[in-house]
This record gives sequence, C-alpha cells and structure tokens, in this order.
Amino acid sequence: MLELLSEPWPWYVAGPLIGLMVPLLLWAGGEFGVSENLRHICAAVLPTRNDFFRYDWKATGLWNLTFALGIVLGGAVAATVLASPDPLIVSDATAADLAVMGLTTFEGLAPAQVFSWQGLATVPGFVMIVIGGSLVGFGARYAGGCTSGHAISGLANLQLASLLAVLGFFAGGLLATWFILPLLF
Amino acid sequence: MTSRETTPLAPQASTGLARARPLSGAGLGVYLAIGTYFGIVATKGEMVSWFRIQEMFRFQSFHMYGIIGTALAVAMVSVALIKSQQIRTVRGDEIVVPPKELGRGAYRYWIGGTIFGLGWALAGACPGPIFALIGNGVTVYGVVLLSALFGTWLYGVLRPRLPHY
Repeated sequence: MLELLSEPWPWYVAGPLIGLMVPLLLWAGGEFGVSENLRHICAAVLPTRNDFFRYDWKATGLWNLTFALGIVLGGAVAATVLASPDPLIVSDATAADLAVMGLTTFEGLAPAQVFSWQGLATVPGFVMIVIGGSLVGFGARYAGGCTSGHAISGLANLQLASLLAVLGFFAGGLLATWFILPLLF
Repeated sequence: MTSRETTPLAPQASTGLARARPLSGAGLGVYLAIGTYFGIVATKGEMVSWFRIQEMFRFQSFHMYGIIGTALAVAMVSVALIKSQQIRTVRGDEIVVPPKELGRGAYRYWIGGTIFGLGWALAGACPGPIFALIGNGVTVYGVVLLSALFGTWLYGVLRPRLPHY
C-alpha cells in the first residue's frame, strides 16, 4: 500500500482529491483560499497602522493559518514517508525548451540552478524567487484570491469574477513564460 | 444569527475581499488534518513542481490541465450538492458561499490576476504549493514566502490608490 502511494499520483487521482478540498473546508466551517494566510501573517506580525492589516487575525484567520501549517506538514510527509522512488519526469519538449535557456538539471521540484541559496544570489534567481514571490503576494490580494480561492473555489461557485481572475492568472503566466523568462537567461 | 455572519471588518467589506470568518465549526486539529491531506496530494500529484507549471504554460503536458479540470468538476458538483441538499457544517451552521462583487470594470480581477500569474510562472508556485514546498525541504521557498508577504504588505499600502471595481 505504502509502495503504491509512494509512486507519483496521476492527474486523474490527484485532481479529484484536490477538488474535495472545497467541500471539506466548507464542512469544517472554513473556505478554500490559501493566500489569505499571507494577509493574516502580516496582520499578526507587522506593527502597522494600515487598516488593511488591523483586524482580529486570530478570530478570522487562525483556522486558515492552522490549515497552512498542515500543508507544510503534508509536504514533509510526502517527501519522507511517501517519497517517490523515481525522479519526476519532465516532458521532453519542456526539457528541450529549458535546456535552450541553460536550465539542464531536472531533478527535484524546481531547477536547483535557480531555486537554491546559491541561485538566489544570481539575477535570474533573484527575479524568480524575490520578484516572483512578491508578485504572487501582491497579485493574490489585489485579485482577492489565488489559485485555490478563484480557480477552484470561485469557479466551482460559478463566479464570473473568478473567471476573470483565472484568465488573468493565465495571461500573466504566459507573459512570464514566453517573454520574461527568455530575457533572464 | 450564526458565527458565519460577515465579521465587522471594514476594509474587507469595502473591497469585497473574500470574507474573513471567525473560527467556527471544527476545531483546529481538523484544519491541521485537512491541510496535511492537501500538502500530501499537492506533492504526490506533482503540482508543486516548478517544472509542471512550466509544462502547463508551454502547453507541453496535459498533467496540470487534468488536475485543475477534474478538481474543478469535483468542487463544482460538491458546491451544487451542498446548496441543493442544504448541507451544514460540522457544527450545524448553514453553509453560505458569498458571491464575489464584480463591479463595473472588475479591475481587481483581471489586473490583479495578471500580476499574480506573472509571479506564478516565475516562482513556479502559488501560495498552497509554496507552503508544501517548504515542507518538502526546498528551503529557498522560504524566501518566496517572505517575498509574498512583502507583496501582500505592499498591496495593503497601495490599496487606496488602486482601481478595484
């Protein structure tokens, strides 16, 4: 059983299990939306007068922060107890495209040349880690949700606003992939 | 009057942010368990991989489309069932999924969404996977998280000057 679970899970297994997040969290009394935790953390730690961060983060967000802590824990369980015996297989076409940019190692969950402490000190590393991370935080709050809140929860609730946000997610992703990444390498 | 009423949170109300709700229903242990489940599925389903996100934006693999498509189908049927069967939370509260305010220009969704998408492709992870990657031991994603917190703070500062609706 453990051996079977340790294999990478195909999309038709992982996808429906992700979809269950929405009813699970609604049943528990919460709502699927991970990026609100970023706001809760700011509210918890920043000594700010900004109204946006002045609210009772414990009352509104402790459940979600606990959920986020669970995600970290789940990642650790998956990486240890359920660690895949084989490395992830990147599609040939993507591997070829990335090789053109000089990204030639496909081990792990992100290219180590960039997503490592040495990589952070390089221009591509700084842009992808620091600028990329900042855009994720800024954009998620501006749009009022991220992939979980809009692409899964929002679309599941047939929200036109979420459809616009998801189209934006995709437009931004295509722009970064096809026009920004080639400039970095 | 249930604990799922909108909390008196002025900035949220004025910008139509997803409603923050007080801790209600299940205890924290249940949320920890659901989060752990999510972290495991996200990792084993490989949606936390920067490479899988690149494949998606290059249209070179069906993997992520399959995941998002089937996740959405299950979530959609679930929400429809919850509404039609009037299923309640573990504590017996009514489940209300508030609609998202659209406004005339819906600027926040397409502009904010595009900004998010730029970051999603660069960092190769959205907020859920960022947490999962840290758990996976890819420690530099801690810097991605710190940067995302910075971005969130910056949004809070600039919010009064940004077009939203």
